[in-house]
Amino acid sequence: METNANANAHLTTPTRLTGAEIVWATLVGEGVETVFGYPGGAILPVYDALRKFPIHHVLVRHEQGASHMADGYARASGKVGVAMATSGPGATNLITGIATAMLDSIPIVCITGNVSSKVLGTDAFQEVDITGITLPVTKHNFLVNRTEDIAPAIRSAMQIAQSGRPGPVLVDITKDAQQGTAIFDFAAAKPHPYRPHPMLRVEDSGLAQAAELIRNAKRPIILAGHGVSESGAMEQVRTLAERAQIPVALTLLGLGNFPASHPLNMGMMGMHGESWVNHAIQEADLLIACGMRFDDRVTGSTSTYSLKSKKIHIEVDPAEINKNITVDVALVGDLREVLEQLLPRIASRDGSEWLKAIEISKGAVAVRDIKNLPDLGHLYAAHVIHDIWRITGGNAIVVTDVGQHQMWEAQYFHHEHPRSLVTSGGLGTMGFALPAAIGAKFACPEKEVWVVAGDGGFQMTAAELSTIVQENIKINIAIINNGFLGMVRQWQQFFYDSNYEATPLISPDFVKLADAHGIAGRAVRTRSEVADAVAEARSAPGTFLLNFLVEKEESVYPMIPAGASLHEMIRRPGKDPLLETPDDK
Amino acid sequence: MLHTFVAYVEDIPGVLTRVASLFRRLNININSLTVGRSERAGLSRLTLVCDASAEAGHRIRASLYKLENVVHVDDIAKDPSVTRELALIKVAASPSNRSQIFDLVEVFRARIVDLTSESLMIEMTGVESKIEGLIEVLREDDGRILEICRSGKMTMRRGHHTSSVLKAMGAAPDEAAEPDIETAETLEEIVPSEPE
Repeated sequence: METNANANAHLTTPTRLTGAEIVWATLVGEGVETVFGYPGGAILPVYDALRKFPIHHVLVRHEQGASHMADGYARASGKVGVAMATSGPGATNLITGIATAMLDSIPIVCITGNVSSKVLGTDAFQEVDITGITLPVTKHNFLVNRTEDIAPAIRSAMQIAQSGRPGPVLVDITKDAQQGTAIFDFAAAKPHPYRPHPMLRVEDSGLAQAAELIRNAKRPIILAGHGVSESGAMEQVRTLAERAQIPVALTLLGLGNFPASHPLNMGMMGMHGESWVNHAIQEADLLIACGMRFDDRVTGSTSTYSLKSKKIHIEVDPAEINKNITVDVALVGDLREVLEQLLPRIASRDGSEWLKAIEISKGAVAVRDIKNLPDLGHLYAAHVIHDIWRITGGNAIVVTDVGQHQMWEAQYFHHEHPRSLVTSGGLGTMGFALPAAIGAKFACPEKEVWVVAGDGGFQMTAAELSTIVQENIKINIAIINNGFLGMVRQWQQFFYDSNYEATPLISPDFVKLADAHGIAGRAVRTRSEVADAVAEARSAPGTFLLNFLVEKEESVYPMIPAGASLHEMIRRPGKDPLLETPDDK
Repeated sequence: MLHTFVAYVEDIPGVLTRVASLFRRLNININSLTVGRSERAGLSRLTLVCDASAEAGHRIRASLYKLENVVHVDDIAKDPSVTRELALIKVAASPSNRSQIFDLVEVFRARIVDLTSESLMIEMTGVESKIEGLIEVLREDDGRILEICRSGKMTMRRGHHTSSVLKAMGAAPDEAAEPDIETAETLEEIVPSEPE
């Protein structure tokens, strides 16, 4: 309690502190409660001062875990995640996590120590030019070599990370700056108000034009992305959809930003999106893109993408306008603010004809219900994910890795709420799930958190199992184990004559691996065991690992080959018993 | 096509790297880059010329603005402007052929800024084509040119066209001449002056 009182006193009364103390005092002032990190020589002064401040430090097992945890924390909570590492290898190990956050616009701040300013640039022990290295994968970074600059740099970093289009910021602090002293004045270290991007532009004429396009459209679609939750525009998107009766398609990172159960929700678009969604996009006469960036996984071939449609792009980053797809109306600003200006101009309209046409286009492929399929002795990943969804009632944060299981999760776990899916979309970072789930659990300790990972990606960061034990947190882990690097194997099957080069994968016995960490687990081989195993994991007092030994050579359908047109998708094979069955929704 | 951007950036270490790194990341070659102090304390002004598709101008400008240390970016495009380049050219010249070079310098409105018994230095300011012209003529004699140092292009809009100037003068923006500059944006608003 005394430390808390001191820490708060620092915030109101300018006090002389060491640079190391200033780091923590500033973080406390910024509302940071948890920091994910790993100590080392050049950051030791900061760690030495930690005990005086009310911040919980989570010791990771690899610095990549720290940046992913900060990322998972940010995605689950909407707050800035903070990671810390030492100089040299500590700093470079953060980079994959920083790039992951950059590609998905996630607000994290990474603090690294560096060698003393006197020896900067001399190839000193564990010296690396981390601000140089991270330049292209951060929104901004700072090299701080004076004690008095620490507080302003960290406060600016926190502001930059969460303003405009969010992103990662790195603050590199030399050891002598940590060891020196300066007057810590939290209020005076406040940065200038954030400068909105000077090219933001929402003109009356643009709003009028957008409203006119929406009024006259016969086949409109809303494309909702990650920006919907970043901007907090869920209600506005829903109002637009409901009032004008416009169906909504979601990007991978948009899942949850429009309720899966909503009748206007068509589902996920893009490479592994449902056929009717992609067909509807190709047939549409108006696309209203909300907080999404026409990523290549969403558009397929840009030269054949939705050629019949006019396009409205509502986006906070001016550099995204006309980058991949040329649009007719660009409303460049915060999504929620733009929609609030647009909505008064939108009248209710009848969209039934178009909605009916989409419904018809679903045909036989639209209907599938896994739980009613006969059990032919096969265990499919889809069963597992469907059961996790069913048994948790969808009320869990699911953190996925990257690959086939990620796409199956997107298809079979129906996300009702924003921030309920944590996944690396842009960078596609294997090894993301386990550490990001730890971050998500710290952000939302009251929530049930599930890791869904493949056997390949899980092994990349499995060392963080120790972190789970040391922190005594409860996470449920589902490994979708097919003995392959599954998505790569699928590409080899489709595009490289089934030449399975370097994709068969020997893994440890994951249950024993968990046991070695003191984590309980269970292997699941048949479909009849799935529900019971999921229930057992949920009711276990601590973290529980389920090793699902699923079909080895199952592929994710539908699929648009990279660079192909949206309508040239590879459909689900008809004979597959999994799919194309009568619906009983 | 050639794009010309004029930007004001904070005069602190690493800013040029950030700008250059952006073009590297976009896979765009920088044809010419000049940087120097501007009329505002703490801000450098740079002129950057690059070759990119006609549509790339918007994205480059928007991306430059995403750099935290970039304060103002103007895409000159084809708007009326003055562009100059400075060249220093050292040529071999003996007393016997000096007068010939003096004549050339006269024709090109250049200046002799250094003269020794074996060489002389020509200073020339002008548009790129004029400098190229002088160099071409000097090259007619093999081995005459010893060194060339060129500054790269510097560009300034003609008239009172930049928004900051307009704002300072209290004049209405000239819409026809400059449709693409945000009127709300002035250097004063973006960077509050430091108390003296």
